[in-house]
Amino acid sequence: MNNVILANLPFVVVALLLAIGFYTIGFKRNLIKVVIGIEILEGAVNLFLVALGYVKGAYAPIYTMAPEDAVNNMVLPTPQALTLTSIVIGVAVSALMLAFAVNIYRHYGTLDVTKARRLRG
Amino acid sequence: MMEHLPALMIAVPLFGAFTTPLFKKRGSAAAVWALIIATTTLGLSLLLVRQILNSGLMVYVFGADKPTLVLPSGYSVPIRIIFEVDAIGAFMALSATLMTFIGALYSYNHVKNETGLEKYYALLLLLEVGILGMVLTGDLFNLFVFLEIAGIAGSALVGFRNYRGEASEAGIKYLIVSAIASLMVLFSIGLLYGEYGNLNIAYLSTQIRFSTVDMIALGILFTSFAMKCGSVPTHHWVPDAYTEVPSGINPALLVATYASLYALFRISFTLFGKISLSMSNVGWIMCILGVLTMFIGVTMALVQKDVKRLMSYHAISQTGYMLLGVGVGLAVLNDPAKLAAFGRDAMAGGIFHIINHIIYKSLLLMTAGALFYVTGTRNLNEMGGLARKMPYTTIAFIVGAAAISGIPPFNGFASKFLIYETSYQLNPLLAVFALVTSVLTLASFVKVFASAFLGPPVEKYENVREVPKAMVVAMLILAGLCILFGLFPNLVLDKLVYPAVDALLNLAQYQTWGGVL
Repeated sequence: MNNVILANLPFVVVALLLAIGFYTIGFKRNLIKVVIGIEILEGAVNLFLVALGYVKGAYAPIYTMAPEDAVNNMVLPTPQALTLTSIVIGVAVSALMLAFAVNIYRHYGTLDVTKARRLRG
Repeated sequence: MMEHLPALMIAVPLFGAFTTPLFKKRGSAAAVWALIIATTTLGLSLLLVRQILNSGLMVYVFGADKPTLVLPSGYSVPIRIIFEVDAIGAFMALSATLMTFIGALYSYNHVKNETGLEKYYALLLLLEVGILGMVLTGDLFNLFVFLEIAGIAGSALVGFRNYRGEASEAGIKYLIVSAIASLMVLFSIGLLYGEYGNLNIAYLSTQIRFSTVDMIALGILFTSFAMKCGSVPTHHWVPDAYTEVPSGINPALLVATYASLYALFRISFTLFGKISLSMSNVGWIMCILGVLTMFIGVTMALVQKDVKRLMSYHAISQTGYMLLGVGVGLAVLNDPAKLAAFGRDAMAGGIFHIINHIIYKSLLLMTAGALFYVTGTRNLNEMGGLARKMPYTTIAFIVGAAAISGIPPFNGFASKFLIYETSYQLNPLLAVFALVTSVLTLASFVKVFASAFLGPPVEKYENVREVPKAMVVAMLILAGLCILFGLFPNLVLDKLVYPAVDALLNLAQYQTWGGVL
C-alpha cells in the first residue's frame, strides 16, 4: 500500500499543482499572480513529463561505456529533451507576459484584472 | 531540391526572421527584405502544393534518410523529427504563405510611421514559421513547439503598439489563452507518450486503443484547440486581439487561428480516426459548437460601434461555419453511404470556407485598417461620406462585404452553399441557423457601409485621400481573389479542396509511410 502511494507520488503532486495553477489563474485578481499561476501549471506539466521518463532501476540513456546489464534496461531520453524544450519555451512566455503586465501597469496604474478592462462589449 | 521542400518552408522564413533585425534604423529596408522572404516562401509553397498534388504524401526526416529505428529484435519504431505533408497540410501552407505575403505588402505603408519596424517584420516572419510548422509537422511534440512559436509571435504583435494600454491588454489576454491551451496540449501529449512511448502522429494513430487515458487526452486536445481557434465559449480573446493588432498582421493572425483549427481536424480525423464510432459523437459536438459559435458571434457583432471589433466578431461567427461543415463530415465518418452522399461535400465546404474566409476577412480588416489610417478613429459614429474620397477602399469593402454575406458571384457563396446544402441533410435545423447567420451578417455590413462610406461627409475628413499604393495593391489582390474564387469555385475545389478532404479522410494513406507499418 505504502509503495503504491510512494510510486505514484509525482503524479499526485502533478494533480495538486494543476489544481493550484487553475485556481490561481481563475480566482486571483492580480496579473502577476495570474502569471505565477501559469508558471505553476507549467511546472506541473514539466514534472509530469519528467516523471514519465523515470523508470525504477533503469539506466540513464548513455550508449557508450554502458554496463552489460543496461542492455534493454535503459529509459528513453525523449521526456528529458521534451522537458528542456518546454522549460525554454516557458521562459519566453513568462518574460513576454511580465512585459505586458509592466506595460499595463504603466498605462492603467493598476494590475487588478477587473479594473484593467478598457476592451469590452 | 524538391524533396527538401518541407524543410525549406521552415528554413527560409526562419532565416528571414533572424536577419530582419539587422535592418535596424531602416524600417523600409526591413520591409523590403521581409517582402522578399515572404515572396520566396510563397513560391516554395506553390512548388510544394504542385509536388503534393502530383506525387502524393511527402515524408521528410531531419538528419536521416529513413524515419525508422530498427532494434536488434526486429522491432521498428519511428524516431527523429519528421515532417509529414499531405494535401490539407499543403493547402494550409499555401494559405499561410499567401497571407503573410499580402500582410507584408500591406504593412509597407500601413505601419511606416511606427518605431521598431525591424522587430515587427521579424515577428511577422516568425509567426509564419509557427503556422507552417504546425501544418507541416507529423509529430505531436513539434506541433506543440510551433503552436507556442505562433502564440508568442502573435501575441507580441498584438501588443505591438505598446504606447496604447489596450494593445498590451489584448496581448496578455491572447498570450494567457494560448499559454494555457498549449500547456494542456503538452499535458495530453505526455499522456499519450506515457501510454504508447511515441510521438509520431501516424504511428500513434495505428496504436490508439481508446482507453480512459486516451479519452482524457482527446478531450483535452479538443478543448485546447477549440480554445485556440476561437470557438464559443472561449471566444473572448478574438475580438480584442484582432482589433488591437496592426491591420497588416491580421491576415497572418487569422491563418494562425485556423492552423489551430487544422490541428483540431488532424486530431479528430487522423490521430483518433480509427475509433470511428465514438468520433460521430465528437462530430455532433463539433456541429453544435459550430452553430453556437456562428450565432453568438454574429449577434455580438451587430451591436458594435468599433468597425474592427465588429469585423472581429464576424471572424468568430465564420469559424462556426468551418466547424459545422467539417463536423457534419465527422459525424457521418463511420457511415460510408452518408459520407459519400453529403459528408465529403460538407467537409469540402468547411475547408473551402477556411481559405475563402481568410481572403475576405483579411480584405475587410484591411479596409478597416485603411479607414483607421486616414481618419485616425475606428468609431463608426464619427465617420461618414468616405466613399467618394477613397474609391478603391470602397470597392474592396463592397467586394468583401458581399463575399462574407454569401452573395452569389463572390467566393463566400460557393462554400456557404455547400455547407447549407449538406448540413440540411444531417439536420435541417443546422442549415436554418447557418442561413439566419448569413442574413444577420449582411445586416451588420449594411450598417458599416451606411455609416462609414455613405451619408453626409464629415468636415473633419475634408482633405483625406486614398491610402498609399502598397495598401491599395494588397487590397485589390484580395478583392480579385474573392471574385476569382467566386466565379470559378470548381477550379479551386477540384485542385485544392477535394484533395485536402480526401487526405483527411484517407487515414490509411497517412499511416503507411517510410515502410514502417
